[in-house]
Amino acid sequence: MSTETTKTVFEYAPAPESRAVVDIKASYGLFVNGEHVEGRGTPFKTVNPATEEVLAEVAEADEADIDAAVKAARRAYEKVWGPMPGKERAKYLYRIARIIQERSRELAVLETIDNGKPIKESRDVDVPTVAAHFFYYAGWADKLEFSGYGTTPLGVAGQVIPWNFPLLMLAWKVAPALACGNTVVLKPAETTPLTALLFAEICQQADLPPGVVNIVTGAGRTGQALVSHPGVDKVAFTGSTDVGKAIARAVAGTDKKVTLELGGKAANIVFDDAPLDQAVEGIVNGIFFNQGHVCCAGSRLLVQESIADDLLARLKRRMSTLRVGDPLDKNTDIGAINSAEQLARIRELSAIGEAEGSERWSPACDLPTTGYWFPPTLFTGVSQAHRIAREEIFGPVLSVLTFRTPSEAVEKANNTPYGLSAGVWSDKGSLILKIAAELRAGVVWANTFNKFDPTSPFGGFKESGYGREGGRHGLEAYLKGADQ
Amino acid sequence: MSASPTITPGVTSGPGSDFSDVTGSDAALRRFLHGLPGVDQVGAEARAAALGTRSIKTTAKEFAIDLAIRMVDLTTLEGADTAGKVRALAAKAMLPDPADQTCPSTAAVCVYPDLVAVAKQTLGESGVHVAAVATAFPSGRAALDIKLADTRDAVEAGADEIDMVIDRGAFLSGHYRQVYDEIVAVREACGSAHLKVIFETGELQTYDNVRRASWLAMMAGAHFIKTSTGKVQPAATLPVTLVMLEAVRDFREATGRMVGVKPAGGIRTSKDAIKYLVMVNEVAGPDWLDPDWFRFGASTLLNDLLMQRTKMTTGRYSGPDYFTLD
Repeated sequence: MSTETTKTVFEYAPAPESRAVVDIKASYGLFVNGEHVEGRGTPFKTVNPATEEVLAEVAEADEADIDAAVKAARRAYEKVWGPMPGKERAKYLYRIARIIQERSRELAVLETIDNGKPIKESRDVDVPTVAAHFFYYAGWADKLEFSGYGTTPLGVAGQVIPWNFPLLMLAWKVAPALACGNTVVLKPAETTPLTALLFAEICQQADLPPGVVNIVTGAGRTGQALVSHPGVDKVAFTGSTDVGKAIARAVAGTDKKVTLELGGKAANIVFDDAPLDQAVEGIVNGIFFNQGHVCCAGSRLLVQESIADDLLARLKRRMSTLRVGDPLDKNTDIGAINSAEQLARIRELSAIGEAEGSERWSPACDLPTTGYWFPPTLFTGVSQAHRIAREEIFGPVLSVLTFRTPSEAVEKANNTPYGLSAGVWSDKGSLILKIAAELRAGVVWANTFNKFDPTSPFGGFKESGYGREGGRHGLEAYLKGADQ
Repeated sequence: MSASPTITPGVTSGPGSDFSDVTGSDAALRRFLHGLPGVDQVGAEARAAALGTRSIKTTAKEFAIDLAIRMVDLTTLEGADTAGKVRALAAKAMLPDPADQTCPSTAAVCVYPDLVAVAKQTLGESGVHVAAVATAFPSGRAALDIKLADTRDAVEAGADEIDMVIDRGAFLSGHYRQVYDEIVAVREACGSAHLKVIFETGELQTYDNVRRASWLAMMAGAHFIKTSTGKVQPAATLPVTLVMLEAVRDFREATGRMVGVKPAGGIRTSKDAIKYLVMVNEVAGPDWLDPDWFRFGASTLLNDLLMQRTKMTTGRYSGPDYFTLD
């Protein structure tokens, strides 16, 4: 029987999602006390990372703007939102959740344009999870007495979020804060402010009382002004470990409550009895989902030596089918790197990986000539001593290490300053339970990876931060506690 | 694959010959089949669903629809089948859209053995194959010599392809050697006809069983592995087909020999067919995008493909009355 027939090529024609559904303004102000106002700082530009096209000019909030926003939040907290019965607050949250669903296409397209992530992810993961988060915490608003953390809110929350999941991180921060009766001043990342500003419109559409949600845009300086403002009772931050440490220092000695969700260098452990084809999918999803811009990304593959060659062959074959390109194309699997700065960091660490003697591999793929792009990449022959095995790359770069026994797998997995997440792949339930208990990570996925649900708490060990977001546990960060 | 025996790639001297060390007994077969990597149900279903979200439009859709038509085994397997019905089906297979001569013909018609001669007579030298379901289809509950006689009867009547069913009872009770031997015997009875081996995945139930049955049939010399008879629900599903496509891909890696895949039953719309083709393309690879290596066992699917095809060429949908009943 012939093994070579005429090669048929099934080319997928471009299937772009329409941009017509979004209306990007030429410039955006801040959202303070229920109104769009101008900022006093120096406006900055946000670009589409896939094309480097300037999308809009965005106001920068200075100290005075932050002060105005915190005061508006304080007034709303004292006069309206704090005293409001939980079941009334819930109505607003449900309304916001429903509007998010109604405007989901608009939100998904805007997120993809501003962030560079593929439309299939913003459409199928980000935005539905955002709505789910608001629905979930809406349900808690009138049931706080059963939370175990009391019913008393903290006051004004200052929240600083990253650029990797702009709207989803907003939801993780805003939904539990509001459900518990706090008001918020939120700073989105400077490279991805647009969906947060669209969320401001949604708050207006939902008739949310002025000052309950305030959105201030800007870069590090704006964030610093926000977290160190004396009128802020609670600081919540998601982002890099370096900035997290700076925030922890800034609030030290105050009575502000802090939660930090920081970096990670998660181990994805594949045992020799794993369902290999699904493990390959989990590895791909673990490191290439959202271009690897995921704090809980499975960036270290730990594979049992006896199956390493087979697994790597399968992984490389699978990586060759990943479609890198226009994020708005519905068939794109990997979109653009969010910024030139991030691209430079990924390139730098990858070069270091090669220099340190690891073998670098990427499938053949044509990258667009404008915009910020990096091919899906894996490094083999990596050891614990290599920087690419220790430092968070925050890009589509996988470091492959091997192990011989379960205890070696656990030692290597835990041998990192981080501890946000981990994955275990095995057909043997008892092994999974044993390993999961020994891993020092906030989330351990078994035979899956990067699954998020509003009912499930998320957070880190060690330098991955403290505090939990999501689930009942997520309420603790926004309540005074049962005994106060 | 950790559990694979030592295999010399490219050796295809005869059915099963590469695997003589694992096919010698039930125990050896069991060790091999149960040593294959497991299938995680949640993960396999998630992967199939994710592939189903590919957006296939314009030129890609035109390509896929024509390819799907060329892959159809146009099927009638009813107690009420007659020579007239089979002639009509065969005419439709050769010329699916009388209004458009550019429309390709289907791969085959699929009938019961007693109607093979009628189908063959109508199809003549058209290039459309005749496939016959044999071996006490659909249950497979008959003695081996009856199954072999059934097969020879169909082949002698001119069948180009034989769709056999495995003995699911034997498979589920762990009598792998019996299933293996039956496939080998039927393959022999096929002569030059191609053998498709039907698992009836709706009865095997688990994806692990589907993967094991796939390897068992491939080692026994199957040219094609096929999901279902169409008589049991669920019939073909995307995740079951995914597992089978992974199996043929891995089998080629191990032996150099290609085996085809045929999902059958329950595929009714062009949209579904395109999802299968995307899966073939991305899981097994483009080499399988050919009627020699992938088929759809279907009847109503064809008219939906024709309607979509007409829509692509004319820009308008027309009603079912513009397409022939088979």
